[in-house]
Order: sequence, then C-alpha cells, then structure tokens
Amino acid sequence: MSAFPFIRMLDRGAVLFLLLLGGFAVAIPAFNLLVPSGSALHVSTYLVALFGKYICYGLLALSIDLIWGYAGILSLGHGAFFALGGYAMGMYLMRQIGTRGVYANPILPDFMVFLNWPELPLYWYGFNSFAYAALMIVLVPGLLAFVFGWFAFRSRVTGVYLSIITQAMTYALMLGFFRNNFGFGGNNGLTDFKEILGFNMQTEAMRNALLVISCLALAAGFLICRAIVTSKFGKVLVAIRDSEARTRFLGYRVEAYKLFVFTLSACMAGVAGALYVPQVGIINPSEFAPGNSIEAVIWVAVGGRGTLTGAVLGAFVVNYAKTFFTSGILAPYWLFMLGGLFIAVTLLLPRGIIGSYEHWRGQHGEKHDAAMRVASPHAAE
Amino acid sequence: MDKHTTSALLYLDGITVSFDGFKALNELSFVIEPGEMRAIIGPNGAGKTTMMDVVTGKTRPEAGEVYFEEGAYDLAKLDETQIAELGIGRKFQKPTVFDMHTVEDNLLLALKSDRGVRATLLWQSSVPQEKRIDELLEVIRLKALRARVAGSLSHGQKQWLEIGMLLAQEPKLLLVDEPVAGMTDAETLQTAELLREINRDKTVIVVEHDMAFVRELGVKVTCLHEGAVLAEGSIDQVSANERVVEVYLGR
Repeated sequence: MSAFPFIRMLDRGAVLFLLLLGGFAVAIPAFNLLVPSGSALHVSTYLVALFGKYICYGLLALSIDLIWGYAGILSLGHGAFFALGGYAMGMYLMRQIGTRGVYANPILPDFMVFLNWPELPLYWYGFNSFAYAALMIVLVPGLLAFVFGWFAFRSRVTGVYLSIITQAMTYALMLGFFRNNFGFGGNNGLTDFKEILGFNMQTEAMRNALLVISCLALAAGFLICRAIVTSKFGKVLVAIRDSEARTRFLGYRVEAYKLFVFTLSACMAGVAGALYVPQVGIINPSEFAPGNSIEAVIWVAVGGRGTLTGAVLGAFVVNYAKTFFTSGILAPYWLFMLGGLFIAVTLLLPRGIIGSYEHWRGQHGEKHDAAMRVASPHAAE
Repeated sequence: MDKHTTSALLYLDGITVSFDGFKALNELSFVIEPGEMRAIIGPNGAGKTTMMDVVTGKTRPEAGEVYFEEGAYDLAKLDETQIAELGIGRKFQKPTVFDMHTVEDNLLLALKSDRGVRATLLWQSSVPQEKRIDELLEVIRLKALRARVAGSLSHGQKQWLEIGMLLAQEPKLLLVDEPVAGMTDAETLQTAELLREINRDKTVIVVEHDMAFVRELGVKVTCLHEGAVLAEGSIDQVSANERVVEVYLGR
C-alpha cells in the first residue's frame, strides 16, 4: 500500500491528538519520577494510577464511539467486553501469585482453596502464560461479540431493541460472575495481585510503565479507528447509521459491516479492561453492572459522538469530574450530577464538545473551504 | 417446474400480497421488455409501492411468480442485497440520500464495485472511478455542488442525486418511485428529460401521480387499481378508459 491512506487518516485533529497523548505519556512519568516529591510540579503516584485508569476509560470510550458514532449501534453493554478483558488479565495475575497467596497453594488461587476446590477448572488452564492470557483478552470479548452480533444483526435487531439486549447481556454476565461456582471469585472478584511478567506491581516504576503502555494502546486503538473511519468502509458505516435500508438496497451486506465493527470494538474494549485491572488492582462482577456501560456511553455523548477524539476527551472530563465530586461533600449527589450532565449535553450541546467545535469551525470556515474545493476538485478526498 | 421461458426483463404473474387480510396486490401480472420505459399510475393504495417492494425483495409474495432477465432469476427467492447485485436499482418515494455524506461520496458509495467488507477497508480511489463520478455529476447536473453535504441540497437536487446513485450502480432495471413529487414545473420537465436520457440504455419503471409528467415521458402506461392491472396502453388510451376515469382521474 502507498503512503496515501496515512495522509487520509492523519488530519490536523488526529495529529494534534497523538501529540497531546505522546506528551502526556512522557510528561506524567517525568513529573512523577524526576521531580522531587516536595516540589509543586510533582505528580503523585496516586495521580499516575488515576490518569492510567482514565486512559483505559478513553480506550473504552473510543471503542463505543466507533460503533455508536459511526455505525449507529448503541451498545449499552460494552462494559461487559471491558470486564471480560479485565477478567482475562486478572486470571493471569492470579496465577502469578503462586505460593505467595494466603494458602500458599502453587496452583490454585486462594478463593478456590477456600471453596475446597480440589483442582483448577479447565478454563483456568493456560492463564499462567502471559501470551495465552493476552490472546484471551482479545479473543473472549471478540468471540462473545461475534456470536451476539451474528444473531442480533442477522435478525435485524436495531435501535432501542439492540440497546436493551446488550443491557440484558451485561446484566446476565454480572449475575453469573457473582456466583461462587462460576469460578471467578464470586463477588470478591480477583485481587491481591503481586507481579506481572515477573515485575512487582506495587512500585512507582510499574505504575508509570502501565500508564505509558495504556497510552500506547490508546494511540494504537485511535489509529485503527481512524484508518477505518477514513476508508470507504467508514463511509459505508455512516451510510448504515443514517439510512440502513438505503444502504441495503445499494447492495451492501449491512450485517457483515456491523458484525465486523462490533467485534473489533469489543476486542478494543477487552484490551482497555485488561490494562485497567493491573492499575486498579482488582476486577469484580460490579464491572459488569449495566450502569457502567451507560456511563461510558455518556462520556462519548459529552465529548461528541462520531469524532473519536471527543470520546477520549469525554472520558477524561467526566471521570475527572467524578473523581473530584465524589471525594468531596457533594459525593451523594454525583449520580444526579451525571444524569443532569447527560440531559444538559443532549439539550444544549447535542454534538458534544468536539462535535460542536467542529461544527462551529465548519460553518465559519465554509466560504474558505468552498473556494479551496473549486480550485482543486479532489481536495475533499 | 422448468425454468421460465419469457423474453421479458421483468415478468410478474399472479402476484398476491396481503396485509392483515387486505389484499395489497391481487393476482397482479404484467411484463416489462428490455429497454422499455413504463409509467405506472393508480390511486393511493392501488399497490404501486407494494409491487416495487416485491420486485426488490422487501416483501415476499404469497402467491405468483416474479422473474428477472428472461426468467433466469426467481426474485421471490432472493433478498434485497442479492437483488440489488443482480442489477435492480430502486429510487424511493421520499428522497433518501445519505445526508451526512457529500454529493461525491453518495455517488462513490453507489458506484458499481465490490461491496465486501475487505474491499471497502482496503479501498483506494482510482482514476476510472473518479471519471465515472464526474460523468454522473454531469448527467444529474450537480457538478458544481459535488463537495456539498447532501443534506443541504434542495428537494429536487436530492431527487436527482438519488437518480445519479441509481445510475452509478449500473443497473439493468431502474425502479423510480414518484420522482417529481414536490418539484417545481421546471424541475419536473428536467426530470422527464433526465429519465428519457437514462432510458436510452436502461430499462425504467416510473411510478408517478403527476399526469402532466407522465404525458411528458410519452411512454406506455399501466394503471393499477386494488392490486391489479386496470388498464394498459398509451396515455391517451388509458385516460380515455371509463374505469380509469372513474377510480383515478375523476370525472
């Protein structure tokens, strides 16, 4: 392939986003590790972990924006794919604990010993290998999304009906994972992680490394999304979003397009979840809670759906607000504020932050752009 | 049963479709020869749109046969995508272009090409495609507006864009549903001219209420009523038919 697609996918906004993300990935560890802790410029390790968490949320928001913003698939169960990726990572980290657990069983995680399980269940096999776990992080959410999407899209389940069954999916998984005999630690989930790839997880260096890796994953996810939405495939997605029947009459297999993008999106959400777990140190069934998935959709709406960068920004803004308000006297009112924010954005800023900005710029720059296009008819491509 | 033998491009025989007991199509039969342009008229509820739904695979007939290309394809057994791939293009009553896409991108999406996921992911613009889009823009008279978002076009321009999208698919048969509804007189005349131009190398079925427009087209007319053919012939013959006057044109 020529360099042409790269020019197409890296417009000014995309380059700016990648530069900001790169700067963030360098600056935060630098201010944490190099600046002495007494200095005003010092970034605490707590903040490093917090930002790392936000980056993971950003990747989840990106995956939702890809399907909702471009293909019009409103998934209210994307938290499930995030949590499945998280559990796959958690299983690896549990196997890494080895004899350092309370019961010092070299094979069985503590909760299995506690439940008197004689041996490791079959589906826990292989998770002592990082490569295998990494594969499962992508494969398990991807496979679930593929099977779910196969049935849903072939039966032409769309709109609010699809949203409802995605909610049901994540709720069902939550109930399942809450059960002890499901084999994933019941309501306590998986925690007490010691090390990852042989490195101690509690060190400052590890916190910073995880932040940087999360930034790299977000950048990779962003580039994949950009490559997709700027291709003809992306144009077909938008066509499906705006008029599914029309797209079908044009001869496009709508269900194949939806299935591809939905599965890819679930894989991205899985990676986000896998990076999230070592940074928060725990994964439990509450990650499957329907409310989590809805919250993630709100991030995208706030930042601006169908913009990609907006999704990441929305995840940052809303989660920073959440951290800020839930740690003060306003804590009991956070959910009201979140609901209010969603209503306010829907009514006053339906395009979201980035979407509104782009729209404003589009209107002000229209005359200029029109002149450019007449001068070179292919400039729009 | 043997494969159907007919010289017709589109062959409908005894098509029946009912919704909750109401017969939208009642043993409808007619044939369209290759290269023909046919106007279909009839009062509301006569089954014009349902007929198009059957031909494009949106609705399955309960009884009857519908064949394409000299009986080679049984349309009742295929779905929308397969029928579109065979070369039947449809223009909807309400202009349905992709509002968020530019005029150019609308045509690009419609252009005859591999519709698969992999093909569109790896797609790159090519000179022949660009040229084809330029030609189409010329035909539908929207060259100056190529970079405009389709949602910002006027009603008439949207109808033309949609006709352009139909042409881009290089169909063998075009189904055009009420192309001049809501158009000005000048636009109506231009649209008739456009359709005649298209008919030079394509078969066209036009559903329309506007009698002045049908007269302007100057083609064979089929009048539907209660899901069946009431009259067929030239516009003068059909409009002289007593029953047509009674149920449709009014005395």
